[in-house]
Amino acid sequence: MNRFAELLDRLVLTPSRNGKLKLLTDHFATVEDPDRGLALAAITGDLDIAAVKPAMLRALVMERMDPILFGYSYDYVGDLAETVSLVWPDADIRPNREPTLAEVVERLQAASRSDGPKVLARLLDTSGISARFAIIKLVTGGLRIGVSARLAKQALADLGSVDVAEIEELWHGLSSPYADLFAWLEKRGPKPETRAKALFRPVMLSHPVEAGDLEKLDPADYSAEWKWDGIRVQAVSEGGVRRLYSRTGDDISGAFPDLVEAMNFDAALDGELLVGQPVDATGTCSDLQQRLNRKSVSAKMQAKYPAFVRCYDLLQHDGDDLRALPFLDRRVRLETFVATLNPARFDLSPIAAFSDWQEIDRMRKNPPHPVIEGVMLKRRDSPYAAGRPKGPWFKWKRDPYTVDAVLMYAQRGHGKRSSFYSDYTFGVWTGDEASPELVPVGKAYFGFTDEELRQLDKYIRDNTIERFGPVRSVRADAKNGLVLEVAFEGLNRSTRHRSGVAMRFPRISRLRWDKPPAEADRLETLQAMLK
Amino acid sequence: MRARDLLVPRPEGLFCPPGGFFIDPVRPVDRALITHGHSDHARSGHAHVLATRQTLDIMALRYGEAFAGATQAAALGEVLTVNGVGVSFHPAGHVLGSAQIAVEHGGLRIVASGDYKRRPDPTCAAFEVVPCDVFITEATFGLPVFRHPDATEETGRLLKSAAQFPERAHLVGAYALGKAQRVMRLLRDAGYDRPIYIHGALQKLSAYYQSQGVELGRLESATVEGGSKGAFAGAIVVGPPSAFADRWARRFPDPVSAFASGWMRIRQRARQRGVELPLIISDHSDWDELTATIRDTGASEVWVTHGREEALVRWCELAGIAARPLHLVGYEDEGD
Repeated sequence: MNRFAELLDRLVLTPSRNGKLKLLTDHFATVEDPDRGLALAAITGDLDIAAVKPAMLRALVMERMDPILFGYSYDYVGDLAETVSLVWPDADIRPNREPTLAEVVERLQAASRSDGPKVLARLLDTSGISARFAIIKLVTGGLRIGVSARLAKQALADLGSVDVAEIEELWHGLSSPYADLFAWLEKRGPKPETRAKALFRPVMLSHPVEAGDLEKLDPADYSAEWKWDGIRVQAVSEGGVRRLYSRTGDDISGAFPDLVEAMNFDAALDGELLVGQPVDATGTCSDLQQRLNRKSVSAKMQAKYPAFVRCYDLLQHDGDDLRALPFLDRRVRLETFVATLNPARFDLSPIAAFSDWQEIDRMRKNPPHPVIEGVMLKRRDSPYAAGRPKGPWFKWKRDPYTVDAVLMYAQRGHGKRSSFYSDYTFGVWTGDEASPELVPVGKAYFGFTDEELRQLDKYIRDNTIERFGPVRSVRADAKNGLVLEVAFEGLNRSTRHRSGVAMRFPRISRLRWDKPPAEADRLETLQAMLK
Repeated sequence: MRARDLLVPRPEGLFCPPGGFFIDPVRPVDRALITHGHSDHARSGHAHVLATRQTLDIMALRYGEAFAGATQAAALGEVLTVNGVGVSFHPAGHVLGSAQIAVEHGGLRIVASGDYKRRPDPTCAAFEVVPCDVFITEATFGLPVFRHPDATEETGRLLKSAAQFPERAHLVGAYALGKAQRVMRLLRDAGYDRPIYIHGALQKLSAYYQSQGVELGRLESATVEGGSKGAFAGAIVVGPPSAFADRWARRFPDPVSAFASGWMRIRQRARQRGVELPLIISDHSDWDELTATIRDTGASEVWVTHGREEALVRWCELAGIAARPLHLVGYEDEGD
């Protein structure tokens, strides 16, 4: 348990991706089965343990210590799991070794709902501080260590010197604690067979068009499609098993039963998940937002925001793997195939005809629908290759929206930026024209150079009016304040923010030292964009 | 005599009216008794200073030979008389030369702990329990959340990380007096025999520790003139924590920032400082040591000073021991 606990502690404080990979790879290389596999499952979110509520945890610790001392402790630490791990009294008689991760998981999984707290308390009694913290994190859900499932898979790929795409393709056919996977990676066993149906196929991604990229290329070699701003998905149906995957291979079928019901085919489709009625009534991003991040979805929600897939590609059909075929050949098959599907749930991503780069440049800047965020350029002869190969596919986004906003709050950053105020909350004017006030509309922490960061940091320190922990409130009125030009990809309606809007992907595009704050934009400008 | 008349908190520090001396005064006074060499306890400019030989040496290293008008070395365990008040120094286990000060008058004994720890530390004499009527305890880590692990586990993690990332330098922030030398010694005891690179601020004190018989192995200056970044790949570099936030640290290849401190017990503290590898190594007592020591002294009354006083006072209340916070000002936690 201690090795797992130490891994969690190191991962959460290691900022660099390479550092995290090294820690994970070393862990998988040195820890034996089944502990390493359970650690992997915990990190990828595939470990199934009945949750213990924070209130229950608090009750357990209150039975064991003075509430006033607990209060002082919790106030100081600020995190319940950590406080409990530290103040939990050591048992008088400790076993001569701490439980392994496997033993902990086994006992937690065997616990019924009613004796769960008792089992947890006994585990905490027999563990040291770091192990207690890890156990509490496991039972309260969400390790929050800044490691994605994708990164964990990359570490596995590094361990076995294989391509991460191979791991992703296998992944959904495997289960915790992954002994067969480790055996294969360590060259002790065969590659696990993909007996499971409807597995995820690693997705092909594109590079953004950068200056000079297109000059060397012949437009006749490329085919263009609109880049829809929904959710890239893979719809796979095979031998009666139906799965909808996100582009990182997460199974999101549960949130889209309406769509899954229509997957009565034997194929793997790549497309964009959108809401509305195909072809002509594609919903907005705000509409789509209603369907996201839900474990389950009501019938009403399904009726109001029906989900459909705008199909880009066909990876597999009736048992044939099509990925090695040229794009145009796959496209022909895709068109024939989509014509057989339920038109309310599947339509075809149209080809956007163009003759030269100037023409497609004009098209991407003036897309015909608000949910289009640019164009995709695909080489006509490109096979479907996992990952992000450079050359065959490009994305070319429309220019971002911009707004002039006023800096209101700044927060200290982390890692290399830990001594700098690097996270900025900005606002626009609202209310009466004669006495307007600022309302926050977003937060951004990149888009500026290191030199600009130093200038911003100094400005914030010189113009602080209030402090709340790591946050400073900065002077901002009609005459005094700093105007930030903020670029963003789109706006959503939001009931959680006072302004009623939420920006997507906001970043600082320019510091407007020259602009008086009174001339920054008003909220009405943003509200007009929602329509 | 009442204990409250024998030692009295004053703005300058803890004062003994019958003896006419202060313990660890934060402003220049006529007569000062000093527990140990950390700068918040040992200040320059007193007329008379009584302290252990090693504490006096350390003060001279830090402030220059003329740091006080006159000095007198107190031998550990020996009872001296200052204006009729009995005074004796006893090891505190905090840093080299650190001592608790026992003050005895009219049949009453008060022990001022200064800063102390109970854990084994090969760089200084071990804490001795001095039975007393009133125990004045520090409370730097006076909350139940502070429970220090075994220091060897912590240096073990440092060595493991250095092996894991041989292309990076490991920068260990450690206070210049005590912690730095303890970390070096722990590394040596763990079998680490490569040179340890140190920041200039550590040089004099480390040399002094070595002159007092504390083996630290080969120490080299972490300053390279014209050297390449690669020179420090895989190296362990020890310096004061402030140096690592400074431009000074930019000479090292992709450094792993470590910090040896009891505060590293709290993850958010590590996060706030951008520490990648927190090493929970403290020269102060943790909660269990504080409470055990209070019991060990047999004191019927406890005064709590510098640190988190309220929790320790509450613990004493639950244990049926009279306790009050002293509210002395001017002490930081330099030692940790």
